[in-house]
This record gives sequence, C-alpha cells and structure tokens, in this order.
Amino acid sequence: MLESYIRSRREQKELLLMTHIVLGYPNFDDSLRMVEAMVEAGVDLMELQIPFSEPMADGPVILKANSDALAAGARVEKSLQIAEKITASFDIPFLFMTYYNILFRNGVDAFVARMADIGIRGSIIPDLPPEEGGDYLAAMARHDLAPIHIFTPNSTDERMKLLSDKSSGFIYTVARKGVTGKDTAFSDDLGDYLERCRNATSLPLALGFGVKSNEDFEFIRAKADIAVVGSETIRVVERGGVAAVKPFIRGLQGGA
Amino acid sequence: MQDRGYYDQFGGAFIPEILVPTFDELEQAYLEAKADPAFWQEYKALMSSYSGRPTPLTRADNLSSHFGGAQIYVKREDLNHTGAHKANNVMGQGLLTRRMGKTRVIAETGAGQHGVATATMAAKFGFDCTIYMGEVDVERQRPNVFWMERMGAEVIPVCDGSRILKDAINEAFRDWVTNMDNTHYVLGTACGPYPFPEMVSWFQSIIGTEAREQVLRETGKLPRRAYACVGGGSNAMGLFSGFFDDPEVELVGVEAGGRGKGIGEHASRLAYNDASVGVAQGYKTYFLQDDDGQMQETHSVSAGLDYVGVSPILSSLHESGRVRFEAATDQEVIDAMSLTVQREGLIPALESSHAFAQAFKEVGDLDPDDVIIINQSGRADKDIFTVADALKDPKWEEFIIAKAKEYQNA
Ligand SMILES: Cc1ncc(COP(=O)(O)O)c(C=O)c1O
Repeated sequence: MLESYIRSRREQKELLLMTHIVLGYPNFDDSLRMVEAMVEAGVDLMELQIPFSEPMADGPVILKANSDALAAGARVEKSLQIAEKITASFDIPFLFMTYYNILFRNGVDAFVARMADIGIRGSIIPDLPPEEGGDYLAAMARHDLAPIHIFTPNSTDERMKLLSDKSSGFIYTVARKGVTGKDTAFSDDLGDYLERCRNATSLPLALGFGVKSNEDFEFIRAKADIAVVGSETIRVVERGGVAAVKPFIRGLQGGA
Repeated sequence: MQDRGYYDQFGGAFIPEILVPTFDELEQAYLEAKADPAFWQEYKALMSSYSGRPTPLTRADNLSSHFGGAQIYVKREDLNHTGAHKANNVMGQGLLTRRMGKTRVIAETGAGQHGVATATMAAKFGFDCTIYMGEVDVERQRPNVFWMERMGAEVIPVCDGSRILKDAINEAFRDWVTNMDNTHYVLGTACGPYPFPEMVSWFQSIIGTEAREQVLRETGKLPRRAYACVGGGSNAMGLFSGFFDDPEVELVGVEAGGRGKGIGEHASRLAYNDASVGVAQGYKTYFLQDDDGQMQETHSVSAGLDYVGVSPILSSLHESGRVRFEAATDQEVIDAMSLTVQREGLIPALESSHAFAQAFKEVGDLDPDDVIIINQSGRADKDIFTVADALKDPKWEEFIIAKAKEYQNA
C-alpha cells in the first residue's frame, strides 16, 4: 500500500520528495532519462502527467509542456507504454496525474485496470471532485489503487474530512490559490493551514505549488510529510538539460 | 453543491477543488435570485431602461415573398445595447455579482460581443474588468477590442492552444482560481460547470418569453419553426425556452458548418457526426475531440460559433429529439447575410446569419399561412473586416490602404 510505503520511508527521512514530469515532454526518451536522474538523486515518489489539451489547473510552464508534448505526437497509449517501462525499471511508487477526459474517453474501468496492470500506484485527477467520481473511486478501490484528492486553503474543515474519506495513500495540499508554477509565500498563514490539514486527516500530507528551493524545504519539514516539486524541475531541464536534474534535486534536499 | 446540474447524462460540475466554495456561493446566489420575484423585476427594468427591451419582432415581408413559403419574423436581439443577446446574460450576472459583494469581473470572449457586453456592464456597475480573448479572435474582431479597451477593460490575448474561444475559457478559469475572493467569472454562454448552463439560459429566457407573446399578438398563432444559431448555445436556449411547452413548434439549432464535414473544417458538434461525449472545461457534453480525448481544431467564419463544446442542455435536447440540429457552411452564411442586408436592410452578425441560412433552405417548403421566427442574435458591425474580405469589396480595400498610409506618414 502507498500509505505504508510513505510511513516506512518517513522513518528514515524527515521530509520525502515527490517530483512531477509531463510524459512526452520534450520527448519520451527524455522523460525516461529524467525519471532515471530523479530516482538516482533520491526522489521518493513521482507524478507522471499524461498530457491533455485543456489543462485548466496548470500554469504556464506545465501548460506549455502539455501542448508541446501533444504537438510532438504524444498519444495516451504511448504514455501508458512508457509508464509501464518506468515502473518496471525503478523501485519507487509512480502516480498518474491527468485530467478526467483522458480516463473517460478510454473508459474509466478499463483505464484504471490498465493502471493497475502496468504498476501505477495511484492518481491525481484535478478536475474530478469526488461527487463526480463514483465510477472512478469504485474502480480504484477494486484494484487497490490510491485516489488522491486535493486540500486547498479555501477548503472548509468539513470538506477536508469528506476528501480524506475518499482518498488513500496521502493528501495533496496546495500551498496557495492559483495554478501551478507561480511563487508561493512560505509564511505563518501557511503553517496554520497545514495544521488545519493535519487535524482533518490521518493520511500523510504532501505540500505542492511553488516549492523550489532548499529554504522552502526547511519551512515544510515537520509540517508535511512530502514536498512536491513540479514546474521548477521543468524549468531546470529547459535551462540546463536532463543533466541539470540530479544536482538540482540533491541541492533541494540539502546536498544529501 | 446540492444539485450538480445534470440534463440526462450531460452537464455536471467538474471543477478544481479550489473553486468548490466559489461555486457553492454562486449556486446559492443564483437560487436565491431565482426564488425572489423582486430580482426578476429589477432585471427586467434594467434591461428596459439600459438595453431597450423588449426587442421587436420584425416581419420580413421582402424575404418572405422572395422565398414564397412561410412568413418570416425576425427577433431583434441585435437591437440590445452592445448589439447582441449577450447583454441579457451579462446584465443578469452583473446584478448577481453585486449581490455577492464582488468588485471585479472577468470573461472569455470569442466574437468579442460577450467581452464588450461585460466591459459595458463593468463600466456601469463600477467593477474592474479583465477580458480573455484568443489571439486569432483579437485579430478578426478588432472593433470590439477597441471598445472594450475604451470602456476601461484590460483585454488579454490568449496565445495558448488553438488561440480561440476555448483557450480564452481556460485562461479565465486560471485567473478565477487565483482571484475568486473578489472576482466573479461572467461565463458568456450556456456551457461550463453547473450552475452556468442553467443560469445563463435563465437570463436568456427573456428572448423566448417576449417572442412567444409577440408572435401570438401579431399573428394569432405559434410559429411552425424557430431558428437560432448555436455556438455555446445561449441565444438558442433563450429563444427555444419560450416554446418548450409547445410541442407543435419545431426548434432548429444551426451550427457552424465551416468548410463542410471532417474534423478541423467546422464547429458542428451535433449536426455532423464528428463529435463524441467527453468532459472538458468543467462539464460533460459532445466535444470535437480525438480518440484520446484531446480537443481538436475547429473552424468557422464566425468567431462566436467557433467552439469545441456545446451546452449540455442542448445535448440532451438533441438526444431527446426536441431540438433538430443543422449546419450552415461559411459560404451559405455569407450569401444569407448579403441577401438579408439587401432585401430587408437588416445586418445580422455572421453568427446569427447561420440561423438565416438554414431557414432560407427550408422556408420555401412551408405554407404561406405558416410563420417562422429567426433569432437575429446580433448585428454585424464587428464583422465589417471579415465580411469585406469575403465579399472582396474593392472600395473597402482602397480605404484601408489609404488609412494605413495615413498612419504610416503620421
Ligand atoms: C451575435 C452572436 N450570436 C451568437 C453567438 C454564439 O453564442 P451562443 O451560442 O451562446 O448564443 C455569439 C457569440 O459570441 C454572438 O456574438
């Protein structure tokens, strides 16, 4: 189970690291090499985003990665094949992140069965609130996969409890309003919000949106279990190529 | 959110978690307004004093005798302030924005009519205003961009995706997930997550309510058919809703046939067989998408109909057969517009001209005792560049060249 992996890993490491890549960006070979570099640098789990033409919750960096991947011909089937190769080659949990239409068009049951088949452990679908996700949640439960929902600073305590009940593995807490890839102020308010998240769920907490430096890591330590780095790794690759990934990830974790 | 707004299998609210409280607030404001007769009175008074409602139902004698079939009546939404039915929705949402205590509005726009209407409403109500518009549409609907900016709105060209209406909607949502505390998103058509399809249709129902009364008063009978163009579907929902309880009235929605069948050539979700059911932009409906669920390019001579999805309410009316869907091609539309301008002195927008084009194909088969209504959703001033190009008007071209020289020498 995803949750027990996170708990046992946490016994050795105070703050785990989850990274995010867009499959097929800039191409599928580079996706594979990025995963390899990240795993070698000590990443604990990874989100693999299947590109979608209308990524409503994503900011400019990931939006561009989605559309460039699609323009380069990234088909869903190819993403699934690469994901299978990745899970077979590397020994950390991998999750899918994508939008609901990718599942819906494929057939939700068939898509979830395929996820289980290729060794994906869970998924984050940012445009699928639990109220709309009955088929998805049932299929995920049947295959013992983790549906991960999102807490936001706007979520009421009551809403957090509902989301927690519908999730397994961990909860993804977004640090602020807005889309991915913009700056976040790591402040006392954020500390209070994370405490509210803690009280609402017994699942581990991942914190994402705007995390990009070792200082951010220091702030998050002890307040959450997992730090999520998304857009920043894409920026790092755009600036310095795949070779820049490993030093960046090591630097985040304090050179460990 | 209590009711998630399903119309058979279509609709829903596929929204990012951060917007859940915002949609709860909007749903509540909408339901309260709907239950409050004073709200609709206030709305009608505003539309009367500010937008000239009720708009007339104009008898088109010359067109009727040209085709020799049914008598043609035209519902004149072009006479709204800002020149289109978009004002009906926007002023209603403006009143709701004020009720919710918000101080800023954002909107997407395709043809720019919804953007102009929103900028107008913001100027009147004293709201800050940002309009998202695909780069392609900024180019083809320049006159509307000019007026939005004059009215103090910030117009942001959207350079992602296909750079048209759907991309402007995505960008408006990205703004909203950041600024929901003081901002209301004035969605311009009967699409998007619940409660938008229903709420926008409610405001637009003023068209159909008036049209039914007018046609009965003038002719003593109900129309055989009612025609409206369908982009997202708001003017169509507005006209049709006046006749939902009159099964003898055939309702005809006309989509953008563009250059004809085949993905990428048109924007017909229901009339052609190129679309399939999917979930995007927060709702479930027919979309022009590929097998993977990626949205595809669309094409229409009219920016306002150039959209991948369609109102979930219309999708359900399509499946039940209550509304018949047809498509008119770019060329048919230009021809229908030219004929209408020449014969009646009416200037329907390219969007509205789709409804005229389809009606013209069928009206000759009807009896002279029959009556049909065409919804003229807007006027074509904004389309002057596109229409002049399509008609290859040499004098217009000379004028533009001379004007450009004037600027270059200034
Ligand atoms: C004049 C006019 N008619 C029709 C439309 C299409 O929208 P809807 O289908 O929502 O009425 C537009 C959209 O911009 C428009 O400007």
